Amino acid sequence: MPIQYYIYFSLALFSIGIIGVLTRRNAIIVFMCIELMLNAVNLLLVAFSKMHHGAALLNNATATTGVEGQLFVFFIMVVAAAEVSVGLAIIVMMYRNTHSVDINFLNRLKN
Amino acid sequence: MDTIQILFFSLSALAIFSAIMVLVSKNPVHSVLWLIAVFFAISGHYILLNAQFLAIVNLIVYAGAIMVLFLFVIMLMNLNAEGEPRKNWWMKLAGVVSGGCFLVVLVSLVKQATELSGKAALMKTGDIGLIKNLGKALFSDFVVPFEISSVLFLSAMVGAVVIGKKD
Repeated sequence: MPIQYYIYFSLALFSIGIIGVLTRRNAIIVFMCIELMLNAVNLLLVAFSKMHHGAALLNNATATTGVEGQLFVFFIMVVAAAEVSVGLAIIVMMYRNTHSVDINFLNRLKN
Repeated sequence: MDTIQILFFSLSALAIFSAIMVLVSKNPVHSVLWLIAVFFAISGHYILLNAQFLAIVNLIVYAGAIMVLFLFVIMLMNLNAEGEPRKNWWMKLAGVVSGGCFLVVLVSLVKQATELSGKAALMKTGDIGLIKNLGKALFSDFVVPFEISSVLFLSAMVGAVVIGKKD
């Protein structure tokens, strides 16, 4: 499969995530759109890793080029899990203080 | 069109449709369920690229753990479609236009890139995505980041408990 197809697909998912962050006001949905963007990047990293692996296999049949990309995706998932736990705790605290998840209430730094 | 192409395009269509449904559904619980559909489609893409370890980890960590956490929080707050905050229609339009501009600019950039022409991702063969090879690399070359990520998890756990505690 040509690498451009994967790039277009990941760009589409990433743009949908950006549009979600810009258009929704529910803090949880904004957070889910950030997860969507992370996943688009993960998919593209795996596709690039397989692209470089395919190129290295032509010269050396036992090459392990591309392992780094897939391990990087693994570490992104680790960081995303930690981020979600802290972020949801922050959203719960915000709901406890304002009784809403509307991000427009978070404007105290504006003035 | 062979099987791999059919699978690629159907999984991509499923993922993009579900991602759009995440945005347009009014009920947050429906958004979570559509996002799980996106994660399943992306796991299918990983299997298509023979990255089996990442496919399983994606299902277990994302669709299993993280989305259950989202569902818990949504049910804890008792969110539903009626209490959903709305933005003005021109704010929505501005968001869609700016996101679309981002997409158009990057797609035209990729179209012009000569370095990418003729490159292809290796489908369904190549064994770097198997647990054996990834585990060898993880516990030899990447053992320090692996251990540091456990410290990160510990600090995230402590942080979540401290933030979530009542006053």
